[in-house]
Order: sequence, then C-alpha cells, then structure tokens
Amino acid sequence: MSHFKRTFFVLVSCFMLSALGVTCGWSAPSGQKNLILATTTSTQDSGLLDVLIPAFEKQTGYFVKTISVGSGQAMKMGEKGEADVLLVHSPAAEKSFMDQGFGVNRKLVMHNDFIILGPASDPAKIHDAKTAAEAYKRIAQSGALFLSRGDNSGTDAKDKGLWKAAGIKPEGQKWFQQTGLGMGETLNVAAEKRGYLLADRGTYLALNKKRRLGLEILVAGEPKLLNIYHVIEVNPAKWPKVNSPGAKAFSDFMVSAPIQEIIKGFGIKDFGSPLFFPDAGRKPESLGL
Amino acid sequence: MDLIVEGMLKAFQLLASLDPEVLGIAMLSLKVSGLATLVSLVLGIGFGTLIALTRFPGKKVLVSLVNTGMGLPPVVVGLFVSILLWRNGPLGFLELLYTPSAIIIAQSVIATPIVMGITIAAMQNLPANLRLQILALGATRTQLVWMLIKEARLPLMAGVMAGFGGVISEVGASIMVGGNVKGYTRVLTTATVMETGRGNFDVAIALSLILLLFCFVINYVLTHIQQRERPR
Repeated sequence: MSHFKRTFFVLVSCFMLSALGVTCGWSAPSGQKNLILATTTSTQDSGLLDVLIPAFEKQTGYFVKTISVGSGQAMKMGEKGEADVLLVHSPAAEKSFMDQGFGVNRKLVMHNDFIILGPASDPAKIHDAKTAAEAYKRIAQSGALFLSRGDNSGTDAKDKGLWKAAGIKPEGQKWFQQTGLGMGETLNVAAEKRGYLLADRGTYLALNKKRRLGLEILVAGEPKLLNIYHVIEVNPAKWPKVNSPGAKAFSDFMVSAPIQEIIKGFGIKDFGSPLFFPDAGRKPESLGL
Repeated sequence: MDLIVEGMLKAFQLLASLDPEVLGIAMLSLKVSGLATLVSLVLGIGFGTLIALTRFPGKKVLVSLVNTGMGLPPVVVGLFVSILLWRNGPLGFLELLYTPSAIIIAQSVIATPIVMGITIAAMQNLPANLRLQILALGATRTQLVWMLIKEARLPLMAGVMAGFGGVISEVGASIMVGGNVKGYTRVLTTATVMETGRGNFDVAIALSLILLLFCFVINYVLTHIQQRERPR
C-alpha cells in the first residue's frame, strides 16, 4: 500500500514541478523581448509574414507574437494597449484611431487591391459594370448570393463602404450572408456556395493557386478598390506597458528599402504576379485616393 | 475525393520525413494538453473525492455546477482567461498571454470539471458499505481515501481520457489565449484552422490525422491500463 502511495506522490510532485518549469520557462523564450504584432488575416493567409517576421527577428532580436485577426479587432487591441504595433488596412478606421491618440507614426507600407469575385456564370451580370457600386447594385437587384466577412476587418469595412456608396442596406436581405470568418475561409465559403464577394487580391491569388476556387475576377481596377496597408505604433503614452522601442523597430523595418524590395518580389515565383506593391515613403494621394 | 487522397499522402509524407515544423506543432500539442490534463487530474480527483466523501449544505448545487462545468465551452473559457491575462488586466503582471502556459491554464480550466464530475460520480457509485468496511479494518483517513480512489480507478481512467480528449481537440481557447504564434503557441488544432484558411487542405488533413492518431494512441494506452486488471 505504502508503495502505491509513494509512487502516487512522486508522480504528483513530478507533474507539479514540470508544470511549474513549463510555466516559468515558457513565459519568455530565452530572455528575448516580446513584441505583439496585431495584424490582418490577409497578411498571414497570403504567407507574407512567414517571410518578413523571421527576417525581423533575426535582424533585431525581438520575439514577435503575430496575432492575426481582422483590422477592426487589431485596432481594438491597440486601443487597449494589448498590442505594440499594428499592420492594418482599414484607412477610415485608422484615421479615427490616430485622431483619438491611440497610435503614433502611421506609415504607408504597401498596397494591393480589392476585387469583386463571382461564379463564372455571373448571374447578376456584373462583369461589365463600370464601378464597384454599380456592380453591387446589380447584385442586389438580381438577388444573387453575396458573401460578406462581417467581422469588422479591413475588407469588411471596405465592403460596407461600397454598399453605402451603392445606396443599399444589405443587412437582413436573404441574398446577403455574413460569414464572420477570415478572408481565406470566406473565399472557401463563396467557392462552395457560388456566391459573389469582395476579396483582397493577395489572398485570392494565394488560395486560388492551391485550390481551384471556381471564382472569376469580375470587377477590379477602380481607385476606390485600392487596399492600403499602414503600420501604426501603439501610443506608449496611453499604455506604459507597450513595447515602444520594439514597435518603432518593426515600423522602421517595414518601410526599410530591403524589406520593401522583398514585398515587391513576394509571390512572383509562386503566383506569377506580385501580391503586394511597396509604397514606403509615398503619399496616399499618389495612389489616386 | 482527390483532396482526401492527396491529404493522406501528404500526411504520410510529412510524418515520414519528420517535418520539423509539423513535429514541433505535434509535440507542443502533446505537451500542453498533457500538462493541462495532469493539472486537472490533481485538482479534479482531489476536490472530486473531497466533494463526494463529505456532506455539507449546498452539495447538490455544487455538484450540479461541476456537472455543468463538464460542458464548459472552450471559447467562453478562452475569452475569460484572455481578459484576466491581458497585460492591462488583473493578472497582466504575469505576462502570460500568448504563451504556451496560457493555453495550459485555459485547458486546465476546461478539463478540471470533466475529471471532477466523473470522479464524483465514480466515488458515489462505490458500494456504501465499502467505506465502513475499510474503516472497520483499522484504516487511517489517508488509507481510506487511497483505497477508495484505487477502487474507483476504472471510471477515473475514463475521466482522464475524457479530459485529455476534450483539451487536445479544442481550438477556441487555444487560439484566443495562445494566439497561434508560429513555433511557439501553434498547436495541432489552431494550425489546422489556419492551414484551412490558407487553402492548404493537404497540410490541414495531415495535421488532423496526426491529431486523431494521438487521441487513438493515448486512449489505447489508457484503455490498456484500465482493462489490465479487472477489480475482483
């Protein structure tokens, strides 16, 4: 009996000790300083961050925790001081974020564009629509299925803006469905349901390469459909725990010449065309906004 | 159909080539969920036995609460644990959010009521006279508790399996408190979600197969121990 008891207690103490060891050992990997980057699903789903983050870690010694959520949630994390630096693409929301003093040093990093995708049969006949708003009107009139992210991401904000420009309130309509998922997942849903949707070109190209989505690019090229990414440092004056040197390092890194060069070339080998276009140092106006 | 076959092939490829990233993810899953199960084991069996063997007012309410906790949704746990661990939150000074430890904490919260509920049921199912008999033979309190735990080991083992199965397969809490950070808090389930989003269905299937394999092996071993000697 006492044999069992001893084994039991030895086991229990082992468990407790290892749990303790893990807790201590894992809280900060080998003394590196942590940096929390809140960003969008598109930068992760396209694979761009898998290239940039290791380079940044190597160059600066920071350990980056990339939390990939929608732009809306990323900014909320910034507002609460739960992130150090943001890489987001929701210009209108970013402006109000900056105006409220939550962020400092907003810098233009890169852009790609939004595209309106739909099934090849194009039941709403939007392929010759002159503007995105016109295309949205036709989709609403035809009652063809439209899939929206509905997750307050940058793409979702653009989507809502386009519906507003078209003068249509799609919420609650039978043909309008919100997935509440990331870009990649929403593309998968649209592919299965043969619906229309707004997507960023990068994620579409990356995903379509791996899986024939059966969705065609029907409307693209309007300045309004530009998808612009900014890097924003979270204001350390509001939240003292923010790692502001790390945030600055990341922000400088993103607009540095070698990284802009990497962004320029990213995706060409795999997809035949770049997924993002570097814009560091340019004025947003020069993009035709 | 092609996709499933391709996925299977990819899975075997990744496994056979011992792909370091997949291996790392798999090991982390095992470590994190294993430790969470151990923590829940100690807490669940300890407090479960205590609750089962003592009489106190409000016991029924408490047991109902524990039983409700057996179905605790992981996302709810994830949400509350992240709010607690936010760096400007009440436990922010620990700097645990987006670490493997945070996942262990959340998973322990999920698994503990499962183990505890099954422990309470197992203890209460023991013949009522067993306790008196053991005491009549002159056992001390510790010996009594230990005898009862030994007597109930079969259902307790089921509790371990249920707890482990619950945490290694949950995704909601892991992604919220762990953040799916590459090479650090990316576990099998969160990686599967991400690879699906990226359209890498083959990798997603591979990860799922590894997850299933783990569940099977662990349950096989536990079942083996459980069935080894039947109680007289």
